[in-house]
Amino acid sequence: MLIIDTDACIGCGLCEDNCPFDAIHVEEGKAVVGDECTLCGACIDHCEVDALTIDKEEVAGIDLDAWSGVWVYAEYRNGRIAPVTHELLGVGTDLAKKRGVKLAAVLLCESAGDVPAELIASGADIVYTVEDPALKDFTDDAYGHALEDLALKYKPEIILAGATAIGRSFIPMVATTLGTGLTADCTSLEIGDDGHLHQTRPAFGGNIMATIMCPNHRPQMSTVRPMVMQANESDASRTGEVISETIAPERLISRCRVVKSVYTESNQVNITEADVVVSGGRGLETAEGFRLVEELADLLGGAVGATRAAVDADWIGYPHQVGQTGKTVASKLYVACGISGAIQHVIGMKSSETIVAINRDEKATIFDIADYGVVGDLFEILPAVIEKLKK
Amino acid sequence: MNIVVCIKQVPDAKDVRLDPETNTLSREGVKSVINPYDRHAMEEGVRLKEEFGGKVTVVSMGPPQARAILEEAISCGADDAILVSDRAFAGADTLATTYTLSQAIKKIGAVDLVICGKQATDGDTAQVGPGLAVRLDMAYVTCVQQVSTVTDKVVVLERMMDDGYDEVEVELPALLTVVKEVNTPRFPSIRGLRKARVADIPSYTAEDIGADVAMLGLGGSPTQVVKVFPPEPKGDRTILTGSVDEIAEKLAEIFRESSIGG
Ligand SMILES: Cc1cc2nc3c(=O)[nH]c(=O)nc-3n(C[C@H](O)[C@H](O)[C@H](O)COP(=O)(O)OP(=O)(O)OC[C@H]3O[C@@H](n4cnc5c(N)ncnc54)[C@H](O)[C@@H]3O)c2cc1C
Ligand SMILES: Nc1ncnc2c1ncn2[C@@H]1O[C@H](COP(=O)(O)O)[C@@H](O)[C@H]1O
Repeated sequence: MLIIDTDACIGCGLCEDNCPFDAIHVEEGKAVVGDECTLCGACIDHCEVDALTIDKEEVAGIDLDAWSGVWVYAEYRNGRIAPVTHELLGVGTDLAKKRGVKLAAVLLCESAGDVPAELIASGADIVYTVEDPALKDFTDDAYGHALEDLALKYKPEIILAGATAIGRSFIPMVATTLGTGLTADCTSLEIGDDGHLHQTRPAFGGNIMATIMCPNHRPQMSTVRPMVMQANESDASRTGEVISETIAPERLISRCRVVKSVYTESNQVNITEADVVVSGGRGLETAEGFRLVEELADLLGGAVGATRAAVDADWIGYPHQVGQTGKTVASKLYVACGISGAIQHVIGMKSSETIVAINRDEKATIFDIADYGVVGDLFEILPAVIEKLKK
Repeated sequence: MNIVVCIKQVPDAKDVRLDPETNTLSREGVKSVINPYDRHAMEEGVRLKEEFGGKVTVVSMGPPQARAILEEAISCGADDAILVSDRAFAGADTLATTYTLSQAIKKIGAVDLVICGKQATDGDTAQVGPGLAVRLDMAYVTCVQQVSTVTDKVVVLERMMDDGYDEVEVELPALLTVVKEVNTPRFPSIRGLRKARVADIPSYTAEDIGADVAMLGLGGSPTQVVKVFPPEPKGDRTILTGSVDEIAEKLAEIFRESSIGG
């Protein structure tokens, strides 16, 4: 409940101006809160006379000290460690150091092979492996139960997973059964002076950033956006412990059966993992025109992205669509060719490091978020750049 | 088949933005709409009902004005709608939301299939579907891009993955979250609009759903938003000028640097 101290309130309206939900209004010189309030706290930060508070009953805290250690879920599918796993071990190294605890990776698979060694080289001090034929295919309940059982046995204070199709699917199950908080799609993680994990993530399609904490429950759980955290340099001389675990067979029985997995070729360069993404929009005019984008992507060793307009026109497949209803990319270099910069597209690419936009309309909103802009005809510019790069 | 579809009212994504000068959210003309993914969830519910028989109930937890999207759902083919609304629900994170929704759905009775959108565009968490399935003790599959067969025991479907897709057979009762590829939502029909106008949409309070107050709203939410702030503004942008050749030269240089660099 948002409490308004009407004696302190001076009716300045700062809360009203700063409410993302239009939930607080000044009426007759005093702030009044409506049903739209989500208790996000934005108003409290802006109130200069401390007239606003959120009344939260303190929950009888669990014994936080019983939970210790930082865990990373090591995503492994189709014989491949998801790159985000290494990034998680990178940020996990910092978090574990700050907390003075060990960093562990959890590997769920049919057979582990050399994977534990790779995880140790990437920064893990411990690797917990569960090898079971029931884990050959990904199913939420089998994977969820396995991670839950391990978490209850070892009680880690933090569990991180990639914000991938798999991570975002089964990690919420684990958080729910453990009765703890989970923050989705984080872009920054830090240990605060209070010792808690401060998780920062975009909300409202990236128009707002929010820092979220889970102060009274353990473990603190986050899924983390790929391509944001820095992986450690792989070091084959690092040593670590590999602990093989067994999960009770009935816990690995799934109510889902994977009939078959189809790995689509066009996804071989997964745009969410690419360092360079060259994207094309309606400005390419035809499927033929779109080949310019593909050629440039090839030369830069990058992946091809597209707006919904280009996908709808069948110039390229849906797996390449970037945006609200497509994929989110955070590449080192994003080249937007003939793209107007509709918010639904921008949501999916604005966190890229360097954004280059080519558009003949100088008013195109894509220029608002670009680092480098070229106002011009892409049918002149792209062939010229391609020519230069070939040299 | 008894189908429940969960829908949420969200601010229209393109309208929510920060005023770059004052760093506050400008709300001018911010409309509330049905979460775009939930339109596909609704359509899938109605489509499956039409093909296999049964009934579709839409459920939304939100403030009283969320009634608008429930009416819209009825105009698009849903049979019943329930609003779950109480001040006690305010400030709920996904854990408290799944508890509240599960209590409301349990009140509906035996449900075979629950359909949610993949994620809501306000928070983009994609956590409510899986969490709700756990609370309802149902099997679940996320990011469903196609539902091919439904029998009285199983559903056969395709689940979108990062590197392709999986064909999955899931036992009923089950919960699915859907992506937009799953179908093309229909527009309201005249008959539907008429039905929506007179629809009786009950509003359940915390007491109605027999909820444990400690698990609701802010108090039932382990996560807390401690800070809200604007994203770091982009550095200055450079517009490249000159002849096509000069521009191409500069671009080639930028490309080489930023793609090889880090
Ligand atoms: C619910 C919803 C979800 C959506 N989700 C997505 C999404 O996930 N991803 C997405 O991309 N879109 C999405 N959209 C669509 C989005 O709103 C835009 O319509 C789309 O992004 C526009 O694509 P575009 O930039 O290619 O086309 P346009 O907006 O038509 O822009 C083309 C641009 O090319 C420029 N141009 C033309 N010719 C040339 C030339 N010769 N040289 C240089 N420049 C040229 C023009 O100046 C123009 O700016 C969504 C829309 C809705 C309603
Ligand atoms: N308050 C709510 N009422 C009804 N359904 C909801 C609510 N919040 C989330 N959902 C459902 O859960 C899905 C995922 O939401 P989220 O986890 O918030 O991204 C949405 O697409 C809805 O189907």
